[in-house]
Amino acid sequence: MIIDWGFLLGRLSLDALPDNIVTVLGALGGLFGVLLIVGLLTVTRRWSWLWKTWITSLDPKKIGVMYLVVAGIMLLRGLADVVMMRVQQALFATNGAGPIDADMFQQVFSAHGTIMIFFVAMGIIFGLINLIVPLQIGARDVAFPLLNSISFWLFFAGMALMNVSLAVGEFSTAGWLAYPPLSGLEYSPGTGVDYWIWALQIAGIGSLLSGVNFLVTIFTMRRKGMTPMKMPIFVWSVIGSMLLVVFAFPILTATLGMLTLDRTIETHFFTSDLGGNPMMYVNLIWAWGHPEVYILALPAFGVFSEIVPVFSRKRLFGYTSMVWALMAIAVLSFTVWLHHFFTMGAGANVNAFFGIMTMIIAIPTGVKVFNWLFTMFRGRISFKTPMLWFMGFITTFTIGGVTGVLLAVPGIDFQVHNSLFLVAHFHNMIIGGVVFGAFAALAYWWPKLTGFRLHEGLGVAAFWSWLVGFVLAFGPLYILGLMGAARRLDHYDASLGWQGLFVVAGVGVMIILLGVFFQVLQLAYSIWKRDELRVGTDPWDGRTLEWSTSTPIAEYNFAALDAVEQRDAFWAMKSSHVREEATKFSDIRIPKNSGFGPGIAAVAFVGAFAVIWYMWWLAAVALVVTIVLAICAGMREDVERTITAEQVAAIEKKLWRTRRA
Amino acid sequence: MSVQEEALEEKRLLSKTSVGFWLYLMTDCLLFATLFATFAVLRDATAGGPAGRDIYEMPLVLAETLILLTSSFACGLALIAMTQKNIRQVLIGLGVTFVLGATFLFIEVSEFTKLISEGHGPQTSAFLSAFFTLVGTHGLHVFIGLLWLSVLAYTIWRRGITSKLTRQLTLFGLFWHFLDLIWIFVFTVVYMMGVVR
Repeated sequence: MIIDWGFLLGRLSLDALPDNIVTVLGALGGLFGVLLIVGLLTVTRRWSWLWKTWITSLDPKKIGVMYLVVAGIMLLRGLADVVMMRVQQALFATNGAGPIDADMFQQVFSAHGTIMIFFVAMGIIFGLINLIVPLQIGARDVAFPLLNSISFWLFFAGMALMNVSLAVGEFSTAGWLAYPPLSGLEYSPGTGVDYWIWALQIAGIGSLLSGVNFLVTIFTMRRKGMTPMKMPIFVWSVIGSMLLVVFAFPILTATLGMLTLDRTIETHFFTSDLGGNPMMYVNLIWAWGHPEVYILALPAFGVFSEIVPVFSRKRLFGYTSMVWALMAIAVLSFTVWLHHFFTMGAGANVNAFFGIMTMIIAIPTGVKVFNWLFTMFRGRISFKTPMLWFMGFITTFTIGGVTGVLLAVPGIDFQVHNSLFLVAHFHNMIIGGVVFGAFAALAYWWPKLTGFRLHEGLGVAAFWSWLVGFVLAFGPLYILGLMGAARRLDHYDASLGWQGLFVVAGVGVMIILLGVFFQVLQLAYSIWKRDELRVGTDPWDGRTLEWSTSTPIAEYNFAALDAVEQRDAFWAMKSSHVREEATKFSDIRIPKNSGFGPGIAAVAFVGAFAVIWYMWWLAAVALVVTIVLAICAGMREDVERTITAEQVAAIEKKLWRTRRA
Repeated sequence: MSVQEEALEEKRLLSKTSVGFWLYLMTDCLLFATLFATFAVLRDATAGGPAGRDIYEMPLVLAETLILLTSSFACGLALIAMTQKNIRQVLIGLGVTFVLGATFLFIEVSEFTKLISEGHGPQTSAFLSAFFTLVGTHGLHVFIGLLWLSVLAYTIWRRGITSKLTRQLTLFGLFWHFLDLIWIFVFTVVYMMGVVR
């Protein structure tokens, strides 16, 4: 009997390797990077160190750093995609030639959107939350440390899957939200959309679990005396964001699940035949997608609400209205999803409703803008890099907000929908809001986490490059959009006269790249010269609890858990001089390391890869292993270790001595 | 750590895990809400295939409903026995829950196989895609519940009722009742409203 072993590989064959020169270079570059890291780790014998200190760590500070590292690397990959698109549009788009063909161009913009939202912006947000929230609420850990590690590693597995598509197979050509019927089996029979689906599905489940984790952390683990209205405003913004995660991500999970069924067992949810309804997909994906925008934006608002008071040396103006504005935005974000497809036939009254709801969101956002400005009013402002990023944010974000209100008018939307005007608008919000927020947060909290600050001059240079580059890169897109340039063009007719503006946009991107270069330089230089840049535990004269603990921060965060009496708890402690160094310590229990996170994520990666390539036997194996791992994770005993009071005293003595030296 | 602190810690742990599990249940609820919404939209998209009233076997569905509700009752009894530390009754309660849950699943799977063998599989029409997915997702949850239940029962049999198992059993109770609640909606929205029209 002859057995056909072909089923072992499913539809995977040598044809899956890249043939296009750009993809080959990208894949080789990625492979080289991975090999370089593996080689370095092996030569320096760091594997066991990596495994014990980072990979299996359940310390949210370490998990936070890992999120930021992954997000940083993915930011570079997303930028590489941008460069390809801009070069194509500026230099080659009028004669139809160029290094990138139409199919490749589609993969590039789909990958750019997916990477930037899911693996950069989400990574930054969850990294910041992991790093800062437990410290700000004065807790020693998160509610479910193992779950937190699983979340991160699922995020990592999604990222890995996304990048594997560069070397094995192809990526989706259906845009970052993969509308059917284009993303259906009929029009996208390859593996691209499947890679997209599973990268998002795995990372999305990780985000969902994180959302639950951080809500429980904030609800149940706050320092004694920290009533809701005494919480730092960043924590409030995280509550808003995580509530949205918990409400919105299940919709994504279900929607991607149905698209998977359409593509694997040929059901008819979103097909154009046998009763399928593609519009259902568009509704569902935006019912998740619009809140997703605020999942990213709210924590950025929170970051700025922390930075502005510290650098203006004033209390935050209108704390209560800030909290209400955050919650109002969170609720309203679920009532506007239809504005993403005004032109798709919902009818005038429905469009009017969603248009008005969209404009209403501008009200709480406006409240926040004015609160920030009033916080600065008559403050003693110091224009350090975090504050510069805020100034950049408030300008670009307000412009983006204004163009957003324009787009919210259905009549105008009919003119500019699906054009570069829209592209410029949402980059205004995401770069001006989320990305600038992330950079501000990095400059602001870096000294707390490392004990030295980042070089100021290079930070300023990076800021100005980003701001100028941003204006040049997206200003022309508004104009082009108004002139009728559709988004996602790999070529256009030379007689339209658009090329000049595309060249300006390309120059803008180059200036942004210069900014990124300054940032990399800033990181490298600051780490190199860290002894000159060393600062104390509280370099900015901070107001919230994270500045009250030692630097570097002990793994248990706080040795003593003094009760909180008012808002800006650390500021109050400093000004009333009640703060004395703790002398009496007690035992602290912290979670032991665990390999379940990376383990479960590795199996998820293998399972997803198997489904993408139709290796059903491997998918079944992965499913069974997942169940076994889940059972084992649930049955774990003896998950904590104790740091005795004497050890705590010794650690504290050492940490605080370094500060004084 | 003193006994008192130990008890306080246990209470804190229980409240943390329950809050977390309630939140998880809410996310699951939204997942079902999405599937229900899709079903509601696609219900009449039969594309020449059978409509609900042509294929539903209501007596069987009623039996499923009663069986699942009774299993929840048995699960409730097991939880009461747990508070009294009565291992034998806990195991009997869980055993009955398992048998009833498995019967429910068996009926559902045979309903599905019968439909597919008659040529009314999920590929037939958008309506049947939505039907199989919604009802099947509930069934998948029941299956996961049965797995969880077996592991719990086995551990209780081996280790007795520890504080950790008490916590897990409480969560399992929440999960099982939640599945009941979802089924009530499936019964009403999918089956009853399907035959009425």
